[in-house]
Amino acid sequence: MSGGFLLHRLLQMLVTLLVMSFFVYVLIGLMPGDPVDLMLAGNPHITPEDAIRLKALYGLDQPLLTRYWRWLVTTLHGDAGYSRLYGLPVLDVLFPRLLNTAVLMGISLLLTLGIALPLGVYAARRPQSFADRAINIFCLSGLSLPAFWMALLLISLFVVKLGWLPASASPDRPVSLVLPILTITIANLAIYIRHMRSAMIEALRADHIKTAQAKGCSNSRVIWNHAFKNALPPVVTILMLDLGALMSGAVTVETIFAYPGMGKLMFDAVMGNDFNLAMVGFLLLTAFVMLGNFLADITYALLDPRVKTA
Amino acid sequence: MNRCLLAPLSILGLLAGFSLSAGALESLLSLQSNTADLAGHFLPPSPAHFFGTDELGRDIFIRLLYGGRVSLGVGLTAALAASAIGTSVGLFAGYGGGRIDALLMRLTDLLIALPLLPLLIILSAMDLSKLGISVTTDTSLYKIIVLVSLTGWTTAARLTRARTLTLKQMDFVTAARALGVGPARIVIRHIFPNLLNTVIVATTLSIGNIILVESVLSFLGLGIQPPLPSWGNMLTNAEDNIWEHALLTIYPGVMIFITVLSFNFLGDGLQAVLDPKSQRN
Repeated sequence: MSGGFLLHRLLQMLVTLLVMSFFVYVLIGLMPGDPVDLMLAGNPHITPEDAIRLKALYGLDQPLLTRYWRWLVTTLHGDAGYSRLYGLPVLDVLFPRLLNTAVLMGISLLLTLGIALPLGVYAARRPQSFADRAINIFCLSGLSLPAFWMALLLISLFVVKLGWLPASASPDRPVSLVLPILTITIANLAIYIRHMRSAMIEALRADHIKTAQAKGCSNSRVIWNHAFKNALPPVVTILMLDLGALMSGAVTVETIFAYPGMGKLMFDAVMGNDFNLAMVGFLLLTAFVMLGNFLADITYALLDPRVKTA
Repeated sequence: MNRCLLAPLSILGLLAGFSLSAGALESLLSLQSNTADLAGHFLPPSPAHFFGTDELGRDIFIRLLYGGRVSLGVGLTAALAASAIGTSVGLFAGYGGGRIDALLMRLTDLLIALPLLPLLIILSAMDLSKLGISVTTDTSLYKIIVLVSLTGWTTAARLTRARTLTLKQMDFVTAARALGVGPARIVIRHIFPNLLNTVIVATTLSIGNIILVESVLSFLGLGIQPPLPSWGNMLTNAEDNIWEHALLTIYPGVMIFITVLSFNFLGDGLQAVLDPKSQRN
């Protein structure tokens, strides 16, 4: 992997992000109302003349391109504006939530991988066996289960019926994280089991596996030292490609458990007409998706030296 | 007929049949799907109301059937539209090559770089009157179909492009070209039929996902708008009453689960029959 390749990809990402920012700016402009309309709705003393003056003050009477350019320049100077809902600078609102989502998703992901990788390998070692079929049916069911329904079911069992756990989650109370983590883990399990299984089956088919077996390698050595290592790159790639989705948080799960993460924040920002917050939050999440794609390329090249990155 | 296909097909057929006859069943059993009857709210399941009534006294069974219409309708239409867009993009890019290919694939990459659910949330919150579109009760239904099709075509496009690139190199295409067949005819008569199976499998597998997305958006209040019942917005109401009437959360979720599971099984079965070479082991 050369420095030139990295630089080229980074530049490409920046250009894409720039194009995207314009697209998102237009999109956010299509959300209901504009900031001055919202002030009007909140304050009956504002006269129509005031409204026109306010619109001029905020630059809302300018053409779209001028407004976008102004927004871009001030944002690049580090001033992303204030959040309407929270009355704080946008970045001060975003970063704590990003961290909260990272905590929630990080723990769930570790759990998911801890269960999914061994299960995937187990199924791949005995394809079409009873266990493999059972795991396959489990995966298909997992893929068909709406995560938010899962959350509601867990609440009605553990909160309403048994009263063991709290219904609202907060990063300060570890016990309140049990249900959201459980929901997200179950929701993600199926995908990783399926990927691990098919990558492992592919890896076990290689000739060097037969050679290792013929030389008398123990079964577990063949599985873990020879096949698993080769099965890992595709799974790591999938993981990286998921980065953006992970950082977007599970919107419904965070909303149901009232967990202050990115997913709930984006939803609240859109519902509350918080233009600045929605705009910057969405761009940040887009940057994460692109970073994930970038990391997927890099890790693939690092883990699999046969991949040429020219 | 493959056994793996028969089970999901019959479940889906049953579901479609019941959903389509929702109107007839409603008048036949003299049930209310949309009129409030506050005296008879939260009734337990009984022969008169198979699954009981909801917070406004509306019959849950009939509402589930109407919700099925929405879910199946949105799932099928959006999946077909998305794969039509994706297949066309893939064919153009793959067969056209060069600049068209580069342009279309950059466009696909741009779309893939957007976080899907936040994007759909922003798009569904869009004020359509700012675009000069008048809003009626059915708007939410059309809106969700359009949004999901416009964001969901990328997988089909990449798949079709990859297959087209392979097929384009094959001898029968070279032979057709040598015989003087034009590019449009080659794509339609020689390439498209050979990737149709792949497209059918991918489309079927996407229906389940689309139904899930629709239910998430409706649950968040951004998809299908009441009074039109959908499984997603029925769950929103159920969440509000989860402390007293936890049973209400069961039915719509089970319906979503069974429907999506059937489509996933159907897709898997179709893949085994139509497209046995692709990854399945």
